[in-house]
Amino acid sequence: MGKTIAEKIFERHLRDEPFAGTFVLDLDCVLCHEITTPVAIADLEWRGKDRVFDKTKIKAVIDHVTPSKDSKTALQAKMLRDWARRHDLQDFFDVGRNGVCHALFPEKGYIRPGYTVIMGDSHTCTHGAFGAFAAGVGTTDLEVGILKGVCAFRKPATIRVNLNGSLPAGVYAKDVILFVIGQLGVNGATDRVIEFGGPIVDAMSMEARMTLCNMAIEAGGTCGICMPDAVTLDYLWPFIAADYADRAAALADFTRWHSDADAVYDRVLDFDLSALEPQVTYGYKPDCVKPVAELAGTPVDQVYVGTCTNGRIEDLRVAAALLKGRRIADSVRAIVSPATPKIFSDALSEGLIQIFMDAGFCVTNPTCGACLGMSNGVLAEGEVCASTSNRNFNGRMGKGGMVHLMSPATAAATAITGRITDARSL
Amino acid sequence: MEKIFKGPALFLDRSDINTDEIIPAKYLTEVTKEALQPYMLEDLKLEGFDPKSPAVRHARVVVTRENFGCGSSREHAPWVFEVNGVHTIIAQSYARIFRQNMFNGGMLAIELPKDQIDRLFALALRTEVEIAVDVEAQCLTANGADGTSETFSFDLSAFDKALVQAGGWVEFADARY
Repeated sequence: MGKTIAEKIFERHLRDEPFAGTFVLDLDCVLCHEITTPVAIADLEWRGKDRVFDKTKIKAVIDHVTPSKDSKTALQAKMLRDWARRHDLQDFFDVGRNGVCHALFPEKGYIRPGYTVIMGDSHTCTHGAFGAFAAGVGTTDLEVGILKGVCAFRKPATIRVNLNGSLPAGVYAKDVILFVIGQLGVNGATDRVIEFGGPIVDAMSMEARMTLCNMAIEAGGTCGICMPDAVTLDYLWPFIAADYADRAAALADFTRWHSDADAVYDRVLDFDLSALEPQVTYGYKPDCVKPVAELAGTPVDQVYVGTCTNGRIEDLRVAAALLKGRRIADSVRAIVSPATPKIFSDALSEGLIQIFMDAGFCVTNPTCGACLGMSNGVLAEGEVCASTSNRNFNGRMGKGGMVHLMSPATAAATAITGRITDARSL
Repeated sequence: MEKIFKGPALFLDRSDINTDEIIPAKYLTEVTKEALQPYMLEDLKLEGFDPKSPAVRHARVVVTRENFGCGSSREHAPWVFEVNGVHTIIAQSYARIFRQNMFNGGMLAIELPKDQIDRLFALALRTEVEIAVDVEAQCLTANGADGTSETFSFDLSAFDKALVQAGGWVEFADARY
């Protein structure tokens, strides 16, 4: 019987099976940010166990509220910073070098095919784009990960999602994942890995695959995952070249993680997306999804382009291409937050930042900020935001606010008109 | 803190209650569990629900529907229940991370089939309800103030039970790895 990629990763990393069906895995990466890590640090100190299992496998960043906005967030940043220094973590990213964790860590080449990755952040599923098993966990799992380098999981049943056909012009990875979540429902993949494949995934960049895997959690999925291939190799090559004789050897090595042809899946879903339209959410759950055409004309107060879902350079290029030579509507305010310093810098040298500013956007530093209503664009009661982020929960971007999730193209078009707009109609 | 698996039950008749509703992100700037105490369920979207009501303040058990605790991985959600004395959740199903966080903290996230959840909600329509859980026997009893009661058994994996008995995942892992 064949195995899925997730089963192969589990097999390779199994440390212990304390009870039937409970798999304790060795971890390759334990990722940390300043919101969920300080309580783990404090607990380890209180227990007299302020240690790390392997300082090279722990990476940390201040990203949710940065630069700190008040004394409380300054304390969180300080706790993470002091801890990183005291344990000599080489991969710690402070103000100025920091970016949104799920954009920054892949960009640094930390995530490799076949890796096991945890973080105290639900969107850790993003890293499955590299053929890794990457799962969001709570602070207690993170704490044990920091101390012991292990994490416990149940058996990873996998839902295979085949994305067939080819995407029409003006339709993006974000539209695909919103559509898939609409089909699966918000708990359609609970305790499951979502394995994405098919010609549409094959044709996607790593940035697009990260957008796809990023929202697996919105269907309840433990991890989104893509097979590592030549696209993955191109992205990672600067970081792994020394490990292989040549590219062909690396590519051959990647294939050992590929799901077998006779792997057993919990479900297999086939979607032909050749006629997919841009998608947008309504209501307060990410599976409330409709074609943009059905919500077109809905007025918004704020437009937000950024986050771990859609704050990467490709996303900024798509939005800027629509904004070039245009201005946002007087009735809206618009914010763009490049997800990392490198993305910001690239956007600057490509002239994208100037386009955003000329269009009337506020350009902010890399941060999670407004996505979860912590800083940099919180909504007032009754306000509506068109956002490239991943959650439209009640109160998510500010108490009493409403969020419509969409692609960067739809967000840019919406900024121009002040109402939800299909970018293809401009 | 010793965990107590019994007491007055609070009934939340909705599915897909997410962790942003249980504890809004603006309170995630706290670095102690205790500081979260005043904010439990502050943004819950449920008609007639008042997070400051006596029923919420006195609750020791929460009964709810499907996919409870979806969304953010924040362990602040189990913590805000913990520091309010709610150490038992009973639901038809959970989001993975929330469920694991409950057991990792030595608390109970009990799953019951839909018809049994329906019967608990029906009981709550008639009368105030207190629920007592026997972890060892894997059963729970819901006692109505009107004298009626319902008893259900539930499944608990060997791992989940070991976590509750150990007092949480840190204790379990530290002893074993």
